[in-house]
Amino acid sequence: MTIETLINLAYVLAAGLFIFGLKLLSHPSTARKGNFVSAVGMFVAVMVTLLDQQIISYNYIIVGVLIGGLYGAWKARSVQMTQMPEMVSLFNGFGGAASLLLGWATVSSMDASASGYNQAFVFITVLLTLLIGGITFSGSVVAWGKLSGKLSSKAFIFTGLRELSILHLLAMAAVGYLFVTQPSNEVWLYCIIALGLSFGLWATISIGGADMPVVIALLNSYSGIAASAAGLAVGNTILIVTGLLVGASGLILTNIMCKAMNRSLMNVLLSGFAKPIEQGEVITGEIKVLSPQDAFYVLEAAQAVLVVPGYGMAVAQAQHAVRELHTLLEENGCTVDYAIHAVAGRMPGHMNVLLAEADVPYDQLYEMDDVNPRMENYDVVIVIGANDVVNPAAKEMKGSPIYGMPVIEAHRAKTVFVLKRSANAGFAGVDNPLFFKDNTRMILGDAKETINGLIREFGD
Amino acid sequence: METIYLLFIVLLAAFLGFELIRKVPATLHTPLMSGSNAISGITLVGALVSSGSDNSMLTTILGTAAVTLASINVVGGYLVTDRMLGMFKKKDNN
Repeated sequence: MTIETLINLAYVLAAGLFIFGLKLLSHPSTARKGNFVSAVGMFVAVMVTLLDQQIISYNYIIVGVLIGGLYGAWKARSVQMTQMPEMVSLFNGFGGAASLLLGWATVSSMDASASGYNQAFVFITVLLTLLIGGITFSGSVVAWGKLSGKLSSKAFIFTGLRELSILHLLAMAAVGYLFVTQPSNEVWLYCIIALGLSFGLWATISIGGADMPVVIALLNSYSGIAASAAGLAVGNTILIVTGLLVGASGLILTNIMCKAMNRSLMNVLLSGFAKPIEQGEVITGEIKVLSPQDAFYVLEAAQAVLVVPGYGMAVAQAQHAVRELHTLLEENGCTVDYAIHAVAGRMPGHMNVLLAEADVPYDQLYEMDDVNPRMENYDVVIVIGANDVVNPAAKEMKGSPIYGMPVIEAHRAKTVFVLKRSANAGFAGVDNPLFFKDNTRMILGDAKETINGLIREFGD
Repeated sequence: METIYLLFIVLLAAFLGFELIRKVPATLHTPLMSGSNAISGITLVGALVSSGSDNSMLTTILGTAAVTLASINVVGGYLVTDRMLGMFKKKDNN
């Protein structure tokens, strides 16, 4: 058996382990094992690759793996759960950049090691790798900046953005053609890299913070597709297969996020180009404010409470306080459920991780479709830092920008408590008629402070 | 012919990916994404060869940079996913 056969057999094993690992991820009780199985697959793939006879020196490899591994391990340990969207975004970017660099390295070594098969095919796949890798990298860096607050989370729009993007796409096609037909001219290589990087920048900077779940999921997908394209370029099957698994995963999540907002992917991606929607109706009404003391009396008498968390809970780091209140309510003989909207937070599953961190059992977390039919049974719904996902305008007001979006129908419960910093319009700038409903009470102030106030009342 | 085989693999892997991921519950979507970060670090495998083979200095530098970035994804991605999944508990266990 030659070493090459051995390597390829080990790749088959590694691919099997990745697939099995993903399969175990279909349930929370087996998911951790699945992650481990997948890691073993990666270990096998990396170790066996080191046997490759093309590898002559290990010095640079060791340096690279050590630096990357140590930084990755430090990041994984130190990251706070509220910062997961930033971290995933940054890692999407690293993935894209790694593929970009690999594609570039492949072209730069083309003359030295003439590859066995179709040269045009290699250059086309390298072209795809460079473009997708570049877009993923710069787009992810912008998304990371927006999520971590280093850049403004508002959509950055300027006139001519649409024309610039169209020009960009045309230039990509033209330079791409030149790159494939004149591979010896290095200018086209640098032009392609520059075009990919700058396109990622324009495409992401024009998208607002509330649409970030879609953007992160899509960039996640791109990072996989870039790896897959790189695999085609270097003729490595394990890269093709695993890259596509990631690509498929990201695309499915993107689709779920878009459906949850009742928008098409194009609508989200081009949102920077759309004219601002004029508010059809102005909602007027009186906001009824409640003090934590009075809220406590209502909660003390409640039999069933539903908590609806949103991005505000992450910002206020209120998940542990929520869990404390949850325990007190349960000791008081009340059932506590959670309703998680698919786009709550800044990435898919963001709220679930925060609540898991605070020891909330995952079987008390429900999706929107599970809680809406039995909304009337809840005595109190506590909305913490969420706005659009409980906005009845999505059902009632044809003129609303979010009309048609499926929402958690909190207004149908007996009482709704909305925890909010101040009584302004929420993040997306949409007025929320929920705030004016007869059964709604606003508890103003920092979400964590408010919940701690409620906890103190229970103590007295 | 090799190109055709590669395209076959692309087709089958894409379908398999869709079928597998569709079954992942919404509550695990964040660990799924960080796990995907780790898996997309598979670029490491390709980059190792670029970094270690006897090519021009440019290839070695590019390859080593790719190795570094992909290692961040592999190590960081798996560790953070494990950390997160360790937090998910069922009610009975409390």
